[in-house]
Amino acid sequence: MTLTSYLWLVPLFPLAGAAINGFFGRRLPKQAISAIALLFCGLAFGMALLLAAGFSSASAPYSCDLAHWIRSGTFQVDFSFYLDQLSLVMLLVVTGVGFLIHIYSIGYMWDDESYYRFMAYLNLFMFFMLTLVLAKNYLVMFIGWEGVGLASYLLIGFWFTKDSAASAGKKAFIVNRIGDFGFLIALFLIIQHFGSLDFTTVFNAVTPLAKETSGAGFLTAIGLLLMVGAAGKSAQIPLYVWLPDAMEGPTPVSALIHAATMVTAGVYMVARSHVIFERAPEALTVVAVIGTLTAFFAATIGIAQTDIKKVLAYSTVSQLGYMFMACGVGAFSAGIFHLMTHAFFKGLLFLAAGSVIHGVGGEQDMRKMGGLRVYMPWTCATMGIATLAIAGIPPLAGFWSKDEILWQAFNVSWVYWIIGVITAFITSFYMFRLMYMTFGGDVYRGATSPSGHGIDDHGHSTGHGDGHGHDPHESPWVMLGPLVILAVLSIVGGLVGIGNHFEHFLAPVFQGPAVEAATEGASEAGKSGLEYLLMAVSVSVAGLGWFLAYLLYSRSPQLPARIATSLGGLYRAVVHKYYIDEIYAALFVKPLIEGSTAILWHGVDQGVIDASVNESAHAARELSDNVRHMQSGNLRSYAGWVAAGGAVVIAYMVWMGVTH
Amino acid sequence: MAAVPLSYYLVLSGILFFCGVLGFLIKRNIITIFMSIELMLNGVNLSFVAFAAQWHSLNGQVFVFFVMVVAAAEAAVGLAIIIAVYRTRETLNVDQVNLLKL
Amino acid sequence: MFHLILFLFFGAICVAGAVNLLMQSHPINSALSLVVVMGSLAVEYLLLGAEFVAAVQVIVYAGAIMVMFLITIMLLNAGKEERSHGSRVAMLLGVPGVVIGGALIAWTILARSTTDSVSIGALQGDPRGIAKLLFHAFLLPFEVTSVLILIAIMGAVVLVSRPEAVVRSADSSPVRQPEPMIKDRELVAAGKDH
Repeated sequence: MTLTSYLWLVPLFPLAGAAINGFFGRRLPKQAISAIALLFCGLAFGMALLLAAGFSSASAPYSCDLAHWIRSGTFQVDFSFYLDQLSLVMLLVVTGVGFLIHIYSIGYMWDDESYYRFMAYLNLFMFFMLTLVLAKNYLVMFIGWEGVGLASYLLIGFWFTKDSAASAGKKAFIVNRIGDFGFLIALFLIIQHFGSLDFTTVFNAVTPLAKETSGAGFLTAIGLLLMVGAAGKSAQIPLYVWLPDAMEGPTPVSALIHAATMVTAGVYMVARSHVIFERAPEALTVVAVIGTLTAFFAATIGIAQTDIKKVLAYSTVSQLGYMFMACGVGAFSAGIFHLMTHAFFKGLLFLAAGSVIHGVGGEQDMRKMGGLRVYMPWTCATMGIATLAIAGIPPLAGFWSKDEILWQAFNVSWVYWIIGVITAFITSFYMFRLMYMTFGGDVYRGATSPSGHGIDDHGHSTGHGDGHGHDPHESPWVMLGPLVILAVLSIVGGLVGIGNHFEHFLAPVFQGPAVEAATEGASEAGKSGLEYLLMAVSVSVAGLGWFLAYLLYSRSPQLPARIATSLGGLYRAVVHKYYIDEIYAALFVKPLIEGSTAILWHGVDQGVIDASVNESAHAARELSDNVRHMQSGNLRSYAGWVAAGGAVVIAYMVWMGVTH
Repeated sequence: MAAVPLSYYLVLSGILFFCGVLGFLIKRNIITIFMSIELMLNGVNLSFVAFAAQWHSLNGQVFVFFVMVVAAAEAAVGLAIIIAVYRTRETLNVDQVNLLKL
Repeated sequence: MFHLILFLFFGAICVAGAVNLLMQSHPINSALSLVVVMGSLAVEYLLLGAEFVAAVQVIVYAGAIMVMFLITIMLLNAGKEERSHGSRVAMLLGVPGVVIGGALIAWTILARSTTDSVSIGALQGDPRGIAKLLFHAFLLPFEVTSVLILIAIMGAVVLVSRPEAVVRSADSSPVRQPEPMIKDRELVAAGKDH
């Protein structure tokens, strides 16, 4: 029995951890809970490493069939897991980053009274995410898909006593649902046309099909619907609205789910279905357009946010847009590459933000921070590394992946490229803005008493004592350790992209005309001058963003306010996220609620169901009210009834006698 | 001598019976109502005897005998009830004995 | 012929008595009419040859039961019926029902009857024949009816007996007195209101 035959253990380890912590965690001491959670997550990570050691770009994909599930005529779906290069990459990212975040959470959530619940939910999320990544057919992937949505809901609304957190969880789940609907329809179409949901079967059936030219083909439909699902899960236009609200959850949740793993499920799904997309060019174009637009749109919103986590949230949406842009131009491996590096630096950014919030006692507004590099040197250093990475400064990880995407995009259309470059400029700007506002300067603006956020993003009982504004402090090593590890990964993680090694590793998965042409067009032997030129452009743009941020937030901090007032309405629109939430509320939510209230509640529930029950009771009452007058106690009326009844019977008998 | 057709006896019996029913419906005095019941029983007796004569079987007359016994017992008990009712209600008007109304 | 005339004559008396029972307002008159009906019925039985039954009719029915009725009427001092609103149902439903039922039965009997006829004394209903049936074939019902009569007697006695109340007299010795005839004035007054 080779190791790969135990593939099914990888998702089941965290499930066991979740079950133990979930059922028994209330009675276990915190040390035991932490140990259990870490143990099972670590086991999954360990197995992933072992599997990776035995896997190379030439290895054949491995299937692990666990059990029968649906056997209905010719249609069958089994619980099967699948390991190829793509799922291996995802597996390593998920288990690796997940393991680090588990360690971090021990420190961050230690003082929370529902500590066991948090650890159980984290493990549960790992189980579902691993199911999604290792699935061999769309239906098992859908289990994972829905499951991570559930875990996300549970974790966003972890502090469910807070109204905003509960609403945010609900919003995330419902918006995800809309995407899932598209995904489901796509599944139905796949079943209808191919009779199976198994990846191998479907892709083998799709491969000989020709590219669809006009937009009327079913492959285009499937591609578009899959993209709807991905837009819901990965927070793209128009279904991104849940991600900023999801920042209500604890920061480790934001790091794990809404940066590194869950939101990347959409990208993974599109990459996995690349066979379908490559034969539906119009769907692919839609993917690229959505990705590009989202990248730009979200970046512009990120400029004006003052909450440190919201900036990172919009940044996540923007970077996911980059990944979809990559997939949309056919560079699926570039998209996965950026997924991996993004997991490193965005996870690091969120964890460091959590460290900052932990250190200042719960404050999340950057206007009340500043000068924190003195108090939190390690956090500042690691966050700085992550900022360099996301801005795309070589030789850190973000540079390699972002550049690969921009290069591939340029080969398809310069429009994508130019928007991508502008977005890179904006990204660099707002990330360095964040750094300067939080760590820069000499004055800690929150030096007065710590703002009361209620439960806020912390759960940290202020054992430091209220009343006097306590100084910000560095976080314990249980939280700093993962930061350092992720910082190292952010530095070296991109180097696998040199020489297109990463692409070659994934080549067996993405063998397709688009990728082939791209790799051969820009082979390692002949990195064309054009590519270097574009590289230089993107780097200088990133530098420009840094400089602008330095100008506005370090040198002349009074400038931003003046610019804001002079821009007036435009600035207000950006600050209010272009009022998208309000528009959605007016367009969809309000009519839906009012329609439901009027039609379903008053009309159907009260008017039909309640009314029928009440009316039948009422009718019974009326009937008995009228019939009871027969019981008058009057002997003669009784006799009258008897006589009349007797006459009827006699008449009947006579009639029977006459007619027969 | 021409005999009497059986149907005549039955018609007479029916007339008696339905006079009894009418009395039950029309009269207001409990005792009179009771007497209408006896009238009904008599009508039935007559038809029993008529049929006994037709079928040449004495069973009908024996049955009449039993009917009379039952009528006697019933009359005794019924009158006792009427007396008991009269004690509490001080009236023999059946319309005023309606405490069992809903 | 003779049979027919007798039948018609006494039948007419029966019907007249029955109708008179309906028409009279005083219960005594109704009771006496009923006695007349019983008597003529006895003659009808004789015409059918049922001697024993006729005798029993006169002795038991007219002689015992009707006497009982008359005693009760006189005991309770029943007077003329007062007018009270009767039951609408009885009038509207019952009487037409009775009339219709009666008409139907009459029509059935007359239109569908066979040509069988009964002649005087066709069947000898002498005591010997009846006794033979009574004590052989119908022995069980006979005994049961005797029990029935016993029960009826007991029931009548119980129903009519007045509960005796214990009243303390002046010298504290319990004196037994029968309860008054009308127990509850208020109950009666309430009854009269309806």
